[in-house]
Amino acid sequence: MRGGGLWQLGQSITRRLAQADKKAVSARRFFASEADLKKTVLYDFHVTNGAKMVPFAGWSMPIQYKDSIMDSTVNCRENGSLFDVSHMCGLSLKGKDCVSFLEKLVIADVAGLAPGTGTLTVFTNEKGGAIDDSVITKVTDDHIYLVVNAGCRDKDLAHIEEHMKAFKAKGGDVSWHIYDERSLLALQGPLAAPVLQHLTKEDLSKLYFGEFRILDINGSTCFLTRTGYTGEDGFEISVPSENAVDLTKAILEKSEGKVRLTGLGARDSLRLEAGLCLYGNDMEQHITPVEAGLTWAIGKRRRAEGGFLGADTILKQLEKGPSIRRVGIISSGPPARSHSEIKDEKGGADLGEVTSGGFSPCLKKNIAMGYVKSGSHKAGTKLKILIRGKAYDGVITKMPFVPTKYYKPS
Amino acid sequence: MASRLMWASRAAFHLRISVFNRGFATVLKDLKYSDSHEWAKVEGGSVTVGITDHAQDHLGDVVYVELPEVGSSVTQGSSFGAVESVKATSDLNSPVSGKIVEVNEELSSSPGLVNSSPFENGWIIKVELSDSGEVGKLMDSERYSKFCEEEDAAH
Repeated sequence: MRGGGLWQLGQSITRRLAQADKKAVSARRFFASEADLKKTVLYDFHVTNGAKMVPFAGWSMPIQYKDSIMDSTVNCRENGSLFDVSHMCGLSLKGKDCVSFLEKLVIADVAGLAPGTGTLTVFTNEKGGAIDDSVITKVTDDHIYLVVNAGCRDKDLAHIEEHMKAFKAKGGDVSWHIYDERSLLALQGPLAAPVLQHLTKEDLSKLYFGEFRILDINGSTCFLTRTGYTGEDGFEISVPSENAVDLTKAILEKSEGKVRLTGLGARDSLRLEAGLCLYGNDMEQHITPVEAGLTWAIGKRRRAEGGFLGADTILKQLEKGPSIRRVGIISSGPPARSHSEIKDEKGGADLGEVTSGGFSPCLKKNIAMGYVKSGSHKAGTKLKILIRGKAYDGVITKMPFVPTKYYKPS
Repeated sequence: MASRLMWASRAAFHLRISVFNRGFATVLKDLKYSDSHEWAKVEGGSVTVGITDHAQDHLGDVVYVELPEVGSSVTQGSSFGAVESVKATSDLNSPVSGKIVEVNEELSSSPGLVNSSPFENGWIIKVELSDSGEVGKLMDSERYSKFCEEEDAAH
């Protein structure tokens, strides 16, 4: 899938089938021994509350609690969910040149962001491929707050550090701080705002999707972003680790049990229903943001000016169109899983492959994301998915599969 | 049922982390059990097969059951189909060898029967036994209960 033809697509699939352990989506991470797994400050709280802990990106994380993944997913959309996402890495870039520094590494129009607003962006490599996706926020003109994926932490930090050294050597003013002393909670669902409002004096009705505040929540200074990974209205809350358990308890209490602790299993179902990429599955080093359907995240000015790693490749794809595109698929039969082959309607020609898939608890259908060659990517296109040697019907469907409920000004 | 991935169980097993104990799963006395968590009900020369309560509990909500064709043959220990939960796919292994004479078509529309009634309405296939001696290789209910305890606790 290096922007080439089907031969490359085939090579890529063959390579991946050879090296991938064909296990289910989220938990196929590094198997370290128990002693090597990191724990968030909520570990004991999770276990006490009936969590099933599994290894994920070097951490011991809750995959689910006493309720099933299905019930948990549905509850998030009906009431609300509280996730411990402290395994993810939050950091700040500071200095008068932090904006121009970051613009070299991401596709966003960082300079154009109003203070206190943020966006989803992609860190690119020299070939225009994705190093990681991240939510970045311009706090002020000399302070950017960002959160990157746990599985990419080492890679991302090394990448940023390397570029920071070169930037500073040329006289640029930028420094960073990695928030290892903080924990991150995600509160999502229709009850997220009403519940959180009980714990802060700030008027949350004025904080819209993508916006950021530093404020007091439940007695401690938190970084609050109105964002999430579920498609629902909600927040990500960075709290000092010593206050994380108390904040968690306070949120659950204020919701009178309606907001439930929710694990990574449901989190994956929710993000899939919302049509959001999972880095490592739907986005990888060799996939560009254009191919991934994230052209909207490339700032307008950036499309004209470039100035970020891999801009040549990306600008070319914007001009000529990419050779493959990410699509949503609804299919019959068993749920499609990563690396399942996609064929045309007759089951003959190769069209691409599935990168994420599962059963949607809210829609009660099989949903999947994958990449198909351009030309075959329009909604309504019928196709076949090969699962364990049999071909099942599928149809390309617009994402999100479940309508999103982001809190935006009317 | 041999999982390519049984979420907490397998991961936990390798990592020696304790899996949340959901309490004792039902184990029926008159049935025979395989070490991949299938049960076999022997009635003369015919054997009904399904997955155990322990298995369905670990799997979570079953959303799809891949059924074999009636008339196809199965071998003890080999895969004859698969069971899908929200997140994972697990192979179904036959506890006996023989010919499949019936499959539970209900599971196509109601895969959840495997969860709600693993030993009764959630039965999966009926096999005409080719070698009755094979049944002796399976575990009885007591051994199977111990087997499950050991598997869960060895972590």
